[in-house]
Amino acid sequence: MVDATYDIALDPLARSASLRYAAGRIAIYSFLGFFALIYLLPLFVVVANSFRELPEITRNGLIALPHSFSLKAWPQAWAHYCVAGTCEGIKRNFYNSLIMTIPATIASTLLGAINGYVLSKWRFPGSETLFVCILLGVFMPGQVALLPWAYILGNLRLSDSVYGLILVHVIQGISFTTLFCRNYYVNIPDDLIKAARIDGAGFWRIFAKIILPLSPPILIVTVIWQFTGIWNEFLFGLVFTGGTQQPITAALVALATSQMNAHPYDVASSAVLIGAIPPLLIYLFGGKYFVRGLTQGAIK
Amino acid sequence: MSNALSGIEALRKSAPGRDALSAWTPRLVIAPGAIASLVYVFGFTLWTLYISMSNSTMLPTYRFIGLKPYFDLWSNHRWQIAYGNLFYFSAFYVVLTLAVGLALAIAIDQRVRGEAIWRTIFLYPLAISFVVTGTVWSWLYSPDAGIEYFVRGLGWHDFTFRLTTNRNTAIYAIIATGIWQASGFAMALFLAGLRSVDPDLVKAAQIDGASPARIYRKVILPLIAPIFVAVAVVLLQFAIKTFDLVVALTQGGPGIATTFPANYVYDLMFQRGEMAVGAAAAIMMLLALAVVLAPYALWTGWRSRQAAARG
Repeated sequence: MVDATYDIALDPLARSASLRYAAGRIAIYSFLGFFALIYLLPLFVVVANSFRELPEITRNGLIALPHSFSLKAWPQAWAHYCVAGTCEGIKRNFYNSLIMTIPATIASTLLGAINGYVLSKWRFPGSETLFVCILLGVFMPGQVALLPWAYILGNLRLSDSVYGLILVHVIQGISFTTLFCRNYYVNIPDDLIKAARIDGAGFWRIFAKIILPLSPPILIVTVIWQFTGIWNEFLFGLVFTGGTQQPITAALVALATSQMNAHPYDVASSAVLIGAIPPLLIYLFGGKYFVRGLTQGAIK
Repeated sequence: MSNALSGIEALRKSAPGRDALSAWTPRLVIAPGAIASLVYVFGFTLWTLYISMSNSTMLPTYRFIGLKPYFDLWSNHRWQIAYGNLFYFSAFYVVLTLAVGLALAIAIDQRVRGEAIWRTIFLYPLAISFVVTGTVWSWLYSPDAGIEYFVRGLGWHDFTFRLTTNRNTAIYAIIATGIWQASGFAMALFLAGLRSVDPDLVKAAQIDGASPARIYRKVILPLIAPIFVAVAVVLLQFAIKTFDLVVALTQGGPGIATTFPANYVYDLMFQRGEMAVGAAAAIMMLLALAVVLAPYALWTGWRSRQAAARG
């Protein structure tokens, strides 16, 4: 914002100015480079160690350039490693997370789109109050919901099941998705809707022909936000499921905390990466939308 | 549901009461999601509030005993440690995350090369779960494999870096990791703010001969002050909800040194069978959030009214 490139005048002052400019550049890049190193260190460590041999890791430490190369850790982490009594690796937990995250993301996004559409374009007495009430769900700590969910899931025979977690995440997600979609749809001109109504279009027709075609940006933001949020969620997975039903976050904690002695860093690194890859891929390919969701979720 | 809706569609096309029906369509459509949401927000809160005033232990019971669980909670040593940790953590975490985020944003804003790459590097921790972050950093903090081992290997043989094994310093490991995770978020919002400042204001200050540092202090930062508040509020929310990070990083240890309120809620409810006290602790978390958010909501409401009044 502040323009650091001053016009260099044709006098002796110019030399010192350009020197100062160069020094400033070096300072800025060293500062950014230093922080980038800290930020990338954990990523480097897990990626490198998932391809190193355990004896070499133990000898040289976690932070070291690889002196060995091995692919053994990956299949071990995926299908054979023993977590909490079963020796099937974390593939089942990975699938659990997929089975949980995909339907919950889709359902909560659809509900949010519909809610947002009504709350922005079909207001009725009390709809603003309703929006504020739904919004409160964004801030509610999961701990307050634990006992009621435990009771409800128990009665629905959905405790210790991935399907119970889907329900939990859909209901919890409605607040976020409604917020995102409503705030986006508010900016669609009301005149468009009025014109369509004069032409005889009804509630669903307007949604299908006007709102949905304008929605891809916000739907992508919402899907990315929900997917990463639900994939990374830990508390509900920990409380409401156990063993083979656990999502990957809960399984990773079980794996990381089970054997503190002679820690299998190679297998654990692969497992951690397997758990981190889906949201990382989404971040790398949908970064723009990811950031947009972040700013909207934060400021509104 | 789809049957009911197509039924409504059919009615609407033929019936004379078409207008009345179409007025009700939006309300019918929003009802399921809205009811579920309202039950979630209000029903669940009241439910937990009631449990927090009952004599529930292993299982929920509904005998009302008033505020006794709250007194039990507040006289509990571990809870005192937990909320002490929360205050301590919040102060460092919020201030330092804002500082690091702002510094990174200002640095990136100096027309650096490869801006997208820097941003990607600083923001990626936010896509990753606290579980993964906490696990990997717990390895890096561990003396026999992580940072200490690395520095000693470089030749500095009595270097010590053992945050997580000491009960007095373990909280700093959580603070540092929290900052690592969240400062990219602060950076992104600050950067957006810096870019939204009117360039003419900056030019005017430059013409007046103000130095870049002075322009930031006197012109730009005051303009983006609302972003500081917004980011701080979000970070405080993160802090109050801190749970996963602690579990993955220190398991609340050494001993009980890094217990946080959210961890203690979980322990009380599901490990110790003190459900009423656990519910009381959960309600206290909710109160803490309300203390942070209610003033913020009032403030933003006031600001937008001011803006509207000014036209």
